[in-house]
Amino acid sequence: MPDSVPVDTSRIQYVAIAMSVLLMAGIIELIRRNRLREQYALTWLACALVLLFFSVWRSALDVLAGFLGIAYGPSLILLMILGPGFLLLVHFSIVISRLSDENKRLAQEVAMLAERVDAGHGDEPEAP
Amino acid sequence: MARVLVVVPALNEEEALPGVIAGVRAHAPEADILVVDDHSRDGTARAARAAGARALRLPIHLGIGGAVQTGFRYAHRHGYDFVVQVDGDGQHPSAGIASLLEPLHADRADVAIGSRFAGGAGREGFRSTAARRLGIRLFTALCRLLAGVTVRDATSGFRAYNVRAVRLLERSYPADYPEVEAIVLMARAGLRIVEVPVRMRERQGGRSSISSLRALYYMVKVSLASAVTATKPRGSGPGRGPGRVDRLSQ
Repeated sequence: MPDSVPVDTSRIQYVAIAMSVLLMAGIIELIRRNRLREQYALTWLACALVLLFFSVWRSALDVLAGFLGIAYGPSLILLMILGPGFLLLVHFSIVISRLSDENKRLAQEVAMLAERVDAGHGDEPEAP
Repeated sequence: MARVLVVVPALNEEEALPGVIAGVRAHAPEADILVVDDHSRDGTARAARAAGARALRLPIHLGIGGAVQTGFRYAHRHGYDFVVQVDGDGQHPSAGIASLLEPLHADRADVAIGSRFAGGAGREGFRSTAARRLGIRLFTALCRLLAGVTVRDATSGFRAYNVRAVRLLERSYPADYPEVEAIVLMARAGLRIVEVPVRMRERQGGRSSISSLRALYYMVKVSLASAVTATKPRGSGPGRGPGRVDRLSQ
């Protein structure tokens, strides 16, 4: 069966290019609506660009793998996904930790303010 | 006259609180009482105010560490000289408040920890399972190893602090299961810690926040967190500084 039926491999390339463009458009739209902070927008735009690059120039993957001494091209994909993906997850953990700490401090602040407001005026902390 | 703030962290303790507050008023009539309601589902804050205490209701649930720290921040901001931490469930005997404050008044210590096991407390004052005692012994060893202090009842939350301690903890206090980690933190910041024998009571309603299933997680988490705290530069604490909200002008 292999090689006997000619397969139009360019078809999957069109699909890949279309998906990359779609991803890029989606990210740009998110930026336009202010749903994404610039630092993340840049990260995801870069990802979309890389995807587009590899779907346009298909043999780039094998060229790069050969340059790095990786015998099997697709394992480079794995590396490219896992490496930055892992870093991104660590980064998000850091951001979440900072956010929850800030959240905690705000909650403490709100509780103290609310008590002063309830107590009356807030010029003198008094027992209610 | 030194100003004392009794901080009572409470989660769903509307039933036990009136008794706790009455006990504190009876034994420490000069102290102000601040209940920190950690976003309870019952009327904890209301019960506290009805019993004559001040109450802060947290807008979201922070856990015991965040609730206690709210008390430190309040005390720091309002210029209290001493803070006494008393649990809202009634297991801490308010009769012990005076003996907790005594070494602080005499400036023999910066922190006093009410201990079930320190000399004079008496075994009969507290019943415990073998696993629990083993855990408590582990924490004692941990404190000795990481901070060079001997605290026989490291998980006790019945404590008194002076201004130096409050100033440190107001900035940084561990989030959950904070007791052991706080000891390491305080000892490494150079604070003097003493234990004062007290007789704890049985819980008045409610359940311990530590179930047997969580015990293992508790041990591992506390050990790791304490070890990490011990590697930090002296005087700094857990958590990060920059998120800090600026003090409001009075």
